[in-house]
Amino acid sequence: MSADAKAETITINVDGVDREVPKGANLIDAIEQLGEEIPHYCYHPKLSVVGNCRMCLVELGMPMRDRATGEPVLDDDGVQKIGWMPKPGIACSTTVAPGMHIKTKSQVVKDCRNGVMEFLLLNHPLDCPICDQAGECRLQEFATDYGRGYSRYTEAKNVKPKRTRIGPRIMLDDERCILCSRCIRFSKEIANDDVLGFIDRGSYSTLTTYPGKQLENNYSLNTVDICPVGALTSTDFRFKMRVWFLKAVPSICTESSVGANTEVWSREGKIYRITPRRNDAVNDTWMTDSGRALYKQVEADNRLRAYQVDGKASSFDAAIAAAIAQMKQGKTAVVASARASLEEQFLLSQMVEATAAVRVDMVSHYGDGDHLLLSEDRTPNLRGALLTGLINDLPDARLDGLGKAIDAGEVDTLFVVHEDLAAAGLTDAQIAKVKVIYAGIEENSSSANAKVSFPLLTVFEKEGSFVNQNFRVQKFHNAIPAPRGVVYDLHLLETLRAHMVGESPTRPTVPAVWELMAQKITCLHGLDFRGLGDLGVGVDAGRFASLPFVESKNLKHDPEKRSKLGVEAGATA
Amino acid sequence: MAIKEHRLIFKNIDVEGYTNDIACYEKNGGYADLKKAIGMKPEEICSEVMDSGVRGRGGAGFPAGMKWKFLDRKSGKPIYLVCNADESEPGTFKDRQIIHKDPHQLIEGMMIAAYAIQAKLAFIYIRGEFFEGARILERAIEEAREKGYLGDDILGSGYSCDILIHRGAGAYICGEETGLIESLEGKRPYPRIKPPYFPAALGLYQCPTIVNNVETLCDVKHVVNMGGKAFSEIGTPGNTGTRIWCVSGHVQKPGYYEFPCAALTLGELIYDVCGGLLPGRSLKAVIPGGSSSKVLRADERFTGKLKDGSEFDWGIEDIPMDFDSLMAAGSMSGSGGVIVMDDTTDMVEALANINSFYAHESCGQCTPCREGVQWMKKVTGRMSRGEARMEDVELLRSIAGQIEGRTICAFGEAASWPVQSFLAKFNDEFVAKAKQQAERNAGSEAPQALETTLI
Ligand SMILES: Cc1cc2nc3c(=O)[nH]c(=O)nc-3n(C[C@H](O)[C@H](O)[C@H](O)COP(=O)(O)O)c2cc1C
Ligand code: SF4
Ligand code: SF4
Ligand code: SF4
Ligand code: FES
Repeated sequence: MSADAKAETITINVDGVDREVPKGANLIDAIEQLGEEIPHYCYHPKLSVVGNCRMCLVELGMPMRDRATGEPVLDDDGVQKIGWMPKPGIACSTTVAPGMHIKTKSQVVKDCRNGVMEFLLLNHPLDCPICDQAGECRLQEFATDYGRGYSRYTEAKNVKPKRTRIGPRIMLDDERCILCSRCIRFSKEIANDDVLGFIDRGSYSTLTTYPGKQLENNYSLNTVDICPVGALTSTDFRFKMRVWFLKAVPSICTESSVGANTEVWSREGKIYRITPRRNDAVNDTWMTDSGRALYKQVEADNRLRAYQVDGKASSFDAAIAAAIAQMKQGKTAVVASARASLEEQFLLSQMVEATAAVRVDMVSHYGDGDHLLLSEDRTPNLRGALLTGLINDLPDARLDGLGKAIDAGEVDTLFVVHEDLAAAGLTDAQIAKVKVIYAGIEENSSSANAKVSFPLLTVFEKEGSFVNQNFRVQKFHNAIPAPRGVVYDLHLLETLRAHMVGESPTRPTVPAVWELMAQKITCLHGLDFRGLGDLGVGVDAGRFASLPFVESKNLKHDPEKRSKLGVEAGATA
Repeated sequence: MAIKEHRLIFKNIDVEGYTNDIACYEKNGGYADLKKAIGMKPEEICSEVMDSGVRGRGGAGFPAGMKWKFLDRKSGKPIYLVCNADESEPGTFKDRQIIHKDPHQLIEGMMIAAYAIQAKLAFIYIRGEFFEGARILERAIEEAREKGYLGDDILGSGYSCDILIHRGAGAYICGEETGLIESLEGKRPYPRIKPPYFPAALGLYQCPTIVNNVETLCDVKHVVNMGGKAFSEIGTPGNTGTRIWCVSGHVQKPGYYEFPCAALTLGELIYDVCGGLLPGRSLKAVIPGGSSSKVLRADERFTGKLKDGSEFDWGIEDIPMDFDSLMAAGSMSGSGGVIVMDDTTDMVEALANINSFYAHESCGQCTPCREGVQWMKKVTGRMSRGEARMEDVELLRSIAGQIEGRTICAFGEAASWPVQSFLAKFNDEFVAKAKQQAERNAGSEAPQALETTLI
């Protein structure tokens, strides 16, 4: 939303009080922005409106005008009369209008909600004790808030399929389904994969997939998020943990340069699931299934867990000493990474200076985009590497230039962040010619050949920020503690830099690094880490705006608007 | 028969030797009105229809001319005409007669209407069970096309429009106009929310669309024939033209009878036209406008004020058969399905039957109707099996109240009005039955009202 649109408000009257709401807003959204709630099931701000649950019924009225003259109709006190609609209306299909009156607390409205709750529970199995949704279930919540607390229903309940695997990651319990059709609309309207529908009718209506079809697209788990009840559950999360034990920490998806906003749900240092976090400038309320699985890298078999010198486990200090000794002999080249955070890239650039590195290379990781929330650039922070000056141009897929330099004897030591040298095109002979210092999350050909290896942390174990496809700087936070004995990536980089120039290392914090960055990097002037907020800040792409980035059009990215972007984003920042 | 029928729409129906082919239709003056219409300006026809005051025969009784006026003509999108031939309202069987016995009358009426609203394409949505009707219409359309009454360049006028037939698959809700439109688009017939999806603005394929009942479209032909003013003189102001009353139930001669609006009373219809009740029986109740309309009790007094300010005080037999009078009596003329019940009728059984129908036909889209209607069916089902509880009557009343006015489409009212009116008018019968059954079952295993705690 641009600054102007936000400024334009109108006055509506909610339960007798005049309130300011954004012009043109949906009534449910408008009330939510006032910090109140109109209970609803089927409405979703990012899907079409069908109005089927009837939970959002409110009383609606407009100031009366004389039909013939158009003059306001006044009551005895000279106040314009309100023409209340004879029947309650659904808020979800109502757009706010100047002077609109609504009642959300009247007896009629209470009766409506009470009635809908009673009806929804008639055939509901009430298996809360074994239901994964318990604790974040709208049916539970609204039953408590608006239900009558007991059932008048003594008839037999409908029986429907309890466990249908409707896709590789999704289990459906039809008895719990309240037929809100959110999942159907999501599949059709957002995922462009129309596989869900209802069969049978009336109270026997049953959600299912079309014959021969499965809900298997890479967005299928969003249906689990938006399902207001426990009808759709994730087979990955099912029966693993009660949601009220979980702590949710805001984070950013590292799957691609989209930088979907996420929440990472953990308990006692173990992550149980990742869900999308709403950001209308980035991912709306969605994310990919594949992005949700990335927490598994925390406990992956190939995780690099210990500091190593010459293939043997060592202490942090010994590894630092070995690395410094190595880098002080001869010429060092650096292979930087677009998977590192902005702060890490910045400290790396300082280390590059300190080591007087002969060259800095980077490797691109491109794949097919899906024009939605998986972009062609499969790294979260290529733009960060540009802003911090680590690179000036887009990287290649292979390190051929570096290979030539090695062949020419221009490099003695390679400091590699994350990258797999063999996979990036260096030959065994080339790798053998140099001493490798590797810092990364995983074991790979680089660590296998390394003189010194430093384990790095996953995005879940640290904080920092990434710059996404639209030059939006977004922060992520510590969700779980780092593995025992492993220092923060920033600490490692600062220690190496300081030792190279003979200073004593500080323990850099992210806000502290930001103070430095904000001075050094023009487009970050005036910004600080806290100021990024939960939704991030767009920054001026400056001269990089015209680079031929690989991202094609997707949900929130339009290459054609790219050059304009710098200007707009700069304004927002 | 004491009172003579005035057959306008049914003029040729059941006439000896009248067949449903085009030759017979043309011999009887058919398609002359289309020719006349083509010579008029479309707006002229619209204003004739407006002047005629003809109200929709499908249920709601909305003036057709007004509906056409609401058409969004500025959008630049194609306009569609849809004939609602889903005729599924229990007690109604008039449209089928037109389709089977005089299909060209409908086609002529449709083509006039299509020309008047400048429709690009017209559809007949016919209920799935009318397979014979669909076959007849297909043939009739073929015949009409050969003669240039529909298709390209109709009668050399430069106006082109075709009619497509779409068969339903056996769901009552396909008669609700927005459900019908969804079905026509190939989807489940889930009625749309209004606003914003008023067919006249956002109908078929989100284009402006007029949906009219079979009989209404036939009326359009007669409006052109006699002129709007002459048509409006049939019946009474606001209740113009004829109505075909489909009488069923406990009368000697059930069937369809066409009369000008307000030309006779309900009593005259039952006793004079339909030959009265079976010997030895007395009248108990009448559902005057299809199963959705509210029931009238035989010994009720209907009092109040009419639109023109005059007061009325009617017994059931005095109620004039027209839109406004039946409305004033607290019910409606609906689709014209008059269901007569004599003193042998068990009102609990009758309501259980109606509830079963609505529970079976609810599309299931919106919560109150989907769950509430089935619940009502289960309760009345129990009552008819002898398993009622004392509190069931109040419960039924409360459920119906939780449905009415809170649903997406008027099915919610169609299903709750019968319950509300049966309970309002025959409360004692329901209470007595509940009491008797509850007492008999006391102490037995029959379900008792339990206040199960949920949370
Ligand atoms: C549940 C329901 C069922 C309906 N079924 C029919 C029907 O079978 N035939 C019909 O003509 N109208 C039916 N209607 C009315 C239509 O929605 C619509 O009002 C009518 O077709 C308009 O035509 P008219 O103005 O010519 O009456 C039904 C309405 C509801 C709410
Ligand atoms: S969906 Fe909600 S109310 Fe239903 S069983 Fe699960 S937690 Fe309980
Ligand atoms: S499965 Fe969930 S989202 Fe889908 S219709 Fe049922 S309740 Fe709604
Ligand atoms: S009222 Fe009944 S028939 Fe109409 S949309 Fe709702 S569920 Fe369907
Ligand atoms: S939110 Fe479901 S009807 Fe409005």
